[in-house]
Amino acid sequence: MNPEVLKACVVPGQPQPLMVPEQNEGWMKLRRAYDEMAKEIKEANPDVLIIYSTKWLSVIGHQIQARKNPEWTHVDDEWHEYGEVEYSFNIDSELAHQVNEACHDRGLHTRTVDYHGFPIDTGSIVALKLLNPDNKIPAIILSSNIYADRTETVVLAKSIIDALKKSGKKAVAIASTALSNRYHDQMIDPKEDRIHSLKDHEWNLKMLEFFEQGRLEDVSQLSRQIQQEARVHKVTNFKPFWWLSTMMGQTNYLEGKIFEYQPLYGMGGALVSLTPSDRSFGDLEYDEADPENFQGDRNVLKSEGTDSDESEDTGGKE
Amino acid sequence: MGNGRIIAGCLAPHPPHLVYGENPPQNEPKSECGWETLRWGYEELRERIPKDEYDVIIVHSPHWRTYIGTHILAIPEAKSISVDPIFPNLFRFHYDLKVDVDLAKSIYSEAVGKKLDMKLMENPKFRVDYGTIVSCHLANPDWDKPIVSISSNAAAKYFNVEYMQELQTHLGDATRVAIEKSGKRALLLASNSLSHRHFTIEPPIPEDMSKEHIYHHGQYLWDMRMIEMMKKGQTREMIDLLPDFTQQATAETDGGSLTWLMSALQYPKYPAKIHAYGTVIGTGNAVASWKPEVGGPA
Ligand SMILES: [Fe+2]
Repeated sequence: MNPEVLKACVVPGQPQPLMVPEQNEGWMKLRRAYDEMAKEIKEANPDVLIIYSTKWLSVIGHQIQARKNPEWTHVDDEWHEYGEVEYSFNIDSELAHQVNEACHDRGLHTRTVDYHGFPIDTGSIVALKLLNPDNKIPAIILSSNIYADRTETVVLAKSIIDALKKSGKKAVAIASTALSNRYHDQMIDPKEDRIHSLKDHEWNLKMLEFFEQGRLEDVSQLSRQIQQEARVHKVTNFKPFWWLSTMMGQTNYLEGKIFEYQPLYGMGGALVSLTPSDRSFGDLEYDEADPENFQGDRNVLKSEGTDSDESEDTGGKE
Repeated sequence: MGNGRIIAGCLAPHPPHLVYGENPPQNEPKSECGWETLRWGYEELRERIPKDEYDVIIVHSPHWRTYIGTHILAIPEAKSISVDPIFPNLFRFHYDLKVDVDLAKSIYSEAVGKKLDMKLMENPKFRVDYGTIVSCHLANPDWDKPIVSISSNAAAKYFNVEYMQELQTHLGDATRVAIEKSGKRALLLASNSLSHRHFTIEPPIPEDMSKEHIYHHGQYLWDMRMIEMMKKGQTREMIDLLPDFTQQATAETDGGSLTWLMSALQYPKYPAKIHAYGTVIGTGNAVASWKPEVGGPA
């Protein structure tokens, strides 16, 4: 258990609950679930919200939003007809820089971003608008590196815990992600929305069953299989629960609460919170490694005798 | 109307590094130099296709990725700052562009007629993607021609590359028919890199060319194979091979831009002019052009 993290939350990153909840009963239920979750977060009284967004992709390691007050008028690339969202967020720039340093200490390549007009992703915008409507709680946002796999993702979370320890701040960790992520690839009448396939729905129910029992680490351990079964392979792997579970101390000693589960244009949209608890289904012996540091990409195809410049490619301490 | 035509089609990759290396006044970050081979390739492309030869630029961009159908920019003008979400240190570009909405709507209608799922983008606050901006800037830095920007559908990820190619083939046909009906002379840009595995770290000086090379030799071999086919006019064969290439070289052709272009040009049998090949943070990029009037009929 990491006492620095008061609660873990799972939220979907699609814009419907924020922008057009009235178009579908399920989207409206998700919207109400956001409102309810916002209350629960407020009651937990964190110093900071830490968002890992699967909709913010990066290539040069992970990026960390560090602009104190990013402001913009955002239009979604896909659902531009929903209109625009004006935002003005409260970012904990100091913690963002501390996280960046802590990542470097563990061998990760990360950088902060602090630019006017930087395109904050729809998932982060939806989470901050709905979970922190008055902007009272400062936040930081982390990207999802398209090339990262488990080690980088686990070490990223451990680095954040290092930074939280140093700062003395208490956080709520938020993973902005769908469960199953297959959209309807054709335009639908919003009223007709449903999970894209029964198989996706069944996998979502399995994840929700685990969440309800507080078994976040079990979901984390299952991530590779979920990626195979219920995810379109847009990126290397299904990473958000590696991150979220590590933020919580890689444990099943959690109290799970399902706020809502509904289709979002075919995908599985769920709002879930997990709070430290004595009640548990127990921690088992797990197959996945528990890395402490990132050693760099392993260039498995690298031939012998490659010149020393190549070590640049590996991106970490050899 | 009628008698519109495609005066040229280009493979016009969009790494923001090329604009950064060029230092136009619109881009906030400034460089010392960088990626000259590719930038000079674009210079040659601009000489080969001077802007008095075309009325409009149509760009197909992998960085406007849409999951539900194909979207087309349909607002008369767009002015904002484009900040690259991946390389914000290199690309913060103030753009001010005009859109040929009539042609955009006509491509939309032709594509709908072919039963493609299409959506017009009519929100004036929409931010144009950086793939569109980089390719258009490098093809015409004066920005004095209207553009049409077409999104890339994620069908390759949701289904497979073959399905994506089927879709882009119809979209390319629809684009050509709309151009012909419009009476306009169009320059087409497929805004994609070839092999697309990046380094995940950046040198302290991003334009330090001593650090720039292909990520992996296998990618290079695949890129050369594709370029050879372009040079020999074997574009049909190239498109047949594209699913393998896309998978083996993690190529950015998954977005469909090159397939769309080849379909619109009706699979040229005449050679492409290769203006440059170079790498950008490990990815393979070629600047190439096909000019039907020079090359002869497809
Ligand atoms: Fe790209």
